Amino acid sequence: MRLRLFVIVLLAIVLALPAYIPWLKTPILLALSNGLAVLGVIALLRAGQVSFGNAMFVCLAGYTVAFTARAAQVDALVLILLGTVAATLAGALIGLFMVRYRGIFFGMLNLAFSMVLFSVLGKFGAVTGGTDGLRFDRPTLGFVQMQRDGFETTLLIIAVFVALVAGILVQRYFRSARGQQLAAIKTNETRLEYLGISAKRVFWGGYVLAAALCGLGGSFFALTQGLVTPEMGYWVRSGEIVFIAILGGSGHAIGAFIGAFVFEFVKLYVAAWLTGAWQLVLGAILLVMVFAAPTGIFGLLERLLRPAPALSEKRA
Amino acid sequence: MNASLLLLALMDGISYAALLFLVALGLTLIFGVMNILNLAHGSLYAWGGYVAATFGIVIAKAGLSPLLILPALVIGAVLTGIVLGSILEIGLLRRILTKDPILQLLGTFAAFMILEDLQRLIWGSQPYFVSDVVSLLGTLTVADVTYTRYQLLVIPSVAVVALLGLRWFLNRTALGRQVTAVTHHREIATAMGVNASRVSLLTIVIGAALGALGGALAAPTTSITPGIGAEMMVLSFAVVATAGLGQIGGAAIAALMIGLGRSFAVYLFPEVEVLVPYLIMVAVLLIRPQGMFSRVATRRI
Amino acid sequence: MKLYGALATTVALALGAGTALAQDKPAELKVGITTFMSGPASVFGVPGKAAADLLIEEMNAKGGIGGVKISPIFIDEGIGGDKMLSEYRRLVQEQGVRVTLAAISSGSCNIIAPVAEDLKVLNVMWDCGTEKILEDKRYRYVVRTQANATTEMVATVLYLMKTRPDFKTVAVVNQDYAWGRDSWELFLGTLKAFKPDVKVVAEMFPKFGASDFSTEISRLQAMRPDVVLNTSWGGDLDTFVRQASQRGLFRQNTTFVMPLAESSLERLGNAMPEGVIVGGRGEHYFLHPETKDDPKHKDFVAKFRSKTNAYPIYPTYHMAQALEGLKTGYETAMQANGGKWPSPEQVADAMRKMEFKAFGRVVKMREDGQGLEDQLLGLTKRVPEYPFVIMDKMMLIPADMVTAPVGERSPEWVKTIKPDILNSDRLKSYDYK
Repeated sequence: MRLRLFVIVLLAIVLALPAYIPWLKTPILLALSNGLAVLGVIALLRAGQVSFGNAMFVCLAGYTVAFTARAAQVDALVLILLGTVAATLAGALIGLFMVRYRGIFFGMLNLAFSMVLFSVLGKFGAVTGGTDGLRFDRPTLGFVQMQRDGFETTLLIIAVFVALVAGILVQRYFRSARGQQLAAIKTNETRLEYLGISAKRVFWGGYVLAAALCGLGGSFFALTQGLVTPEMGYWVRSGEIVFIAILGGSGHAIGAFIGAFVFEFVKLYVAAWLTGAWQLVLGAILLVMVFAAPTGIFGLLERLLRPAPALSEKRA
Repeated sequence: MNASLLLLALMDGISYAALLFLVALGLTLIFGVMNILNLAHGSLYAWGGYVAATFGIVIAKAGLSPLLILPALVIGAVLTGIVLGSILEIGLLRRILTKDPILQLLGTFAAFMILEDLQRLIWGSQPYFVSDVVSLLGTLTVADVTYTRYQLLVIPSVAVVALLGLRWFLNRTALGRQVTAVTHHREIATAMGVNASRVSLLTIVIGAALGALGGALAAPTTSITPGIGAEMMVLSFAVVATAGLGQIGGAAIAALMIGLGRSFAVYLFPEVEVLVPYLIMVAVLLIRPQGMFSRVATRRI
Repeated sequence: MKLYGALATTVALALGAGTALAQDKPAELKVGITTFMSGPASVFGVPGKAAADLLIEEMNAKGGIGGVKISPIFIDEGIGGDKMLSEYRRLVQEQGVRVTLAAISSGSCNIIAPVAEDLKVLNVMWDCGTEKILEDKRYRYVVRTQANATTEMVATVLYLMKTRPDFKTVAVVNQDYAWGRDSWELFLGTLKAFKPDVKVVAEMFPKFGASDFSTEISRLQAMRPDVVLNTSWGGDLDTFVRQASQRGLFRQNTTFVMPLAESSLERLGNAMPEGVIVGGRGEHYFLHPETKDDPKHKDFVAKFRSKTNAYPIYPTYHMAQALEGLKTGYETAMQANGGKWPSPEQVADAMRKMEFKAFGRVVKMREDGQGLEDQLLGLTKRVPEYPFVIMDKMMLIPADMVTAPVGERSPEWVKTIKPDILNSDRLKSYDYK
């Protein structure tokens, strides 16, 4: 299948590039972390809801990783697990009342929560490190203490693997009954209720999934940087996550990663070439996407990757 | 908490609330007439501030009286509103009216990103400060504490004038009635002969000018630096969400709540000060998601 | 010294071109420098960059360090902690930078110091003050070529006790981040050693980069404390002083203590009143009583003025100290190395046992990487020669009197200060003439 080939080619590039250009590891890791968070938002977009506050789950996971790493000698794999679990629990809790809202109100309430978290993290510096954030030393990875280089390479391979699995699982979820129900919230929620299915419960499931994925991304982000700051939860970051979702294409899980990589690398090269104008360039690209290609880059590629069946087949 | 501290907190909160109100007013107007939440609104505040600062510096260099800065601020804000507002409406908002709400939001987010960088390219990253007009207007003392006339009288007065002026415009003039009609139901208003695009353009320009006015008035008292646009965006949004999208009078009350809440917090629990606007927003939205003053809309199936 | 270094290096190169031990001199010495180039703090950081450009150009004209030209690469601290860290890593990993000067903000230093150590990059903390970095952990690659928070805050308390010993209440308005919190902790701790029953009437920590202090000013007017401490700097301090001046805060009988205000004096002009205790995080000032007539210093002031249209302020002096310290470090290491180009490790080690002099007094580096720099404080005064206030009634306080010894933690050490150090004859006073 062409799509599978495409994914394999991308994976090969992502793994091979750092072998030739070692410093690319960090931006690739950041792109993968971002991609995981975007994957979460794509799940929400499937239900037709946009959240301008999902950065709070990224942030929560990051701070969990930082707190734990500073308090005890915990392995990085365990840290990732803990971060994801923390974000998932938070998502489950917050989701309980969040799922009552739709549309703009949903977006607003998420924004409000994320800003509360952002402000709390910035203000209670004695505990959270304040606006300077929290630093932590490089933990063991797989119970092996590594140097910077080895740590990054291993983390990269793990991240690629996790991203692949996450993408496949999310696509499976979308195709499953539950995933279709989630999509029904966008198309006709009332009808879903008439079928006897609780839209709130389905949405809650989607919300928790989104929180978990954001948390997973946040944990990787924290481990890559060794530093977490309140900025991880700022509303502009949430906006960027949604931006990437549309940029890459919200129709398929791989759109999250395409978008994340394009975003990261445009940012890198524009920053090197025209300092301080990367927002301008990305904003312009977003505008073009909104008008000309709302299905994102994947949407544009889809016709090539998933050719429409021949007419005779269709009729059958 | 004695009476004099109460009075002090009140005085401190008023000017901040007034600025919040002006910006929130613009945001809520734009939402009312286009049904799009303009995420670039904070940038209008920032641009208003920068333009005002530039005018101030030009006036100072030309050796003219600093009192001229006051009308210059208003003129600058109006100009910014007209130019940026028109570009926004004609270039963007008008064209995304029929699109998916998520795309609408992202369109305005893109505008925000572009305006942020443009502002940095034009004015740089250094802080701007134009304070002479404040010193010229002098101070007045309340309960042993000195306030500047600018902060206590000028800013709140402009906010009150804006509120009353807008109320009068919307209720008493033909054009204002048209705006109300389009806000209520665009299609029916068009069917009744109202030129919805012209009305939209006018409303957006007014909304943009109000946002810019907030920035322009803030310029003499604080320093204008990059990042104030993003900050004011989320604060004005907190006011609008708390009041209810499209509510004008409600926005005034919400702005007062948040402004006074913040200044009381500095006296009672200083560490909580930055949280107050968002805590209020969360509290209100959890109880009444449509805001304090919106009527509950019936759901169309 | 330099000539010897250059000669020795040339000879060594000529002789030992194939020797395994010899390190070839690089074509240029890339130095990563962080400074604030955006946001409210840029009024502080941009002069630092200007000083770096000026001084590096001069150094390169004389052959650079050991014959190698210096090539600076600047990182903006104003883009935020994590973005700055990404940039820093990119410089080190992609561009092979092995020497950095970081940073201005104590927050940035907290972030970068461990990373520099991890990446084995020599990092000179050129402006940040937090004493916790070198006290909490032993570093090999991180040094500081200027005084830390302890030195300055203790010196400030000394000056306050000498100027207005009869106060009873104190309040603080500091930026809410590492420096703001640490400096208050040290100030109060020291103060209590002199006046155990001093009353703190208000502790306010507005956020870093705040643009509106009206509520803080109202509270200060309502409380009327005898002493107000404000260790803010850059745009934050400018905004506070301007707003306070507009509201008439300075008319009440409060002694304001602003130990970092020397960097704002020229910008503030008449907004800064007389009688405020100000300092500059060290003993450097364009009207330094001991070195203002020094020809090198006068030359620097003139060149800086013609380049930026302003007098040099303490970030520029700190930059000068960092560059001079770096150069001395390299030269000392080369000497110990028989003239070969030293590795960052060798320079880092050399920088722990040397002294150097920029435009003030001699700065002595000690084994934990901390520089001992004396402190200069004064009282603001208006004079007809300048359109802004200058420092009068200046006092120079030797660093070793007011810095925690190696291995001790400052917050504990300040509690052991004896009030009779006020009577020391090593405190030198000067009037503005």
